Amino acid sequence: MPLTDALRDDILAAVPSLRAFAISLSGNGDRADDLVQETLLRALANIDSFQPGSNLPAWLFTILRNLFRSDYRKRRREVEDADGNYAKTLKTQPSQSAHLEFEEFRTALDKLPQDQREALILVGASGFSYEDAATICGCAVGTIKSRVNRARSKLAALLYVDGAEDFGPDETVRAVIGGNG
Amino acid sequence: MKDVKSQASKTAAPGKQGGLNAEIQSRIGHQLRAMYDDVVRQGVPDRFADLIRKLDTPAASPQVDNTGGTGGNNNEGRD
Repeated sequence: MPLTDALRDDILAAVPSLRAFAISLSGNGDRADDLVQETLLRALANIDSFQPGSNLPAWLFTILRNLFRSDYRKRRREVEDADGNYAKTLKTQPSQSAHLEFEEFRTALDKLPQDQREALILVGASGFSYEDAATICGCAVGTIKSRVNRARSKLAALLYVDGAEDFGPDETVRAVIGGNG
Repeated sequence: MKDVKSQASKTAAPGKQGGLNAEIQSRIGHQLRAMYDDVVRQGVPDRFADLIRKLDTPAASPQVDNTGGTGGNNNEGRD
């Protein structure tokens, strides 16, 4: 469809989540914004292939995800070196202890296999349905579900427990169970 | 505290995801969204707003250009 004002507004409205997705994937704010920019250019250049009434965010996320995947293969090492860069992209710095916990989380997230990480983010943070996430990743719905489950299990193991069923009297666990007080 | 925890690990285990505790899963979900939403709340950086505004497709229907006279690059005005 042609690029109408309404469509332009819809694309703009999707930019904040596109950035969040890009940063979650790449762990690097600058690169994430380049990725978003490339996504927008590509989307606008191919706007004729967008079906009116279909899911615009899902279409944009698909473009971004595919760009990231092709780019990722080239720059794997650089991406994996991105620990800690994420926090710099934040405007509101969390408190000290929350910040540590946040970095631990970010580090654990980066340890997940790419497939699992993107599935978890799409479903758990972007709020896409399993069906939409499957479309974005070009795989079956069941595959997405199992990736999300494996991602959650692995994060839990990395962050909170060694064996998933055994709760040691670990400080992290205590902090988590005890809440923020 | 310890009693609460060991109890929780026994009673709250869903038993279908390798005994993952519901409390932990909810914590992970919360952290994931907090991380994500922090970026979402930053809104649209100017560079993207400008990019989308400037990119005019020649095929687009005529638009009222009231946005301060930057003008479309590709579209030749009819007047």
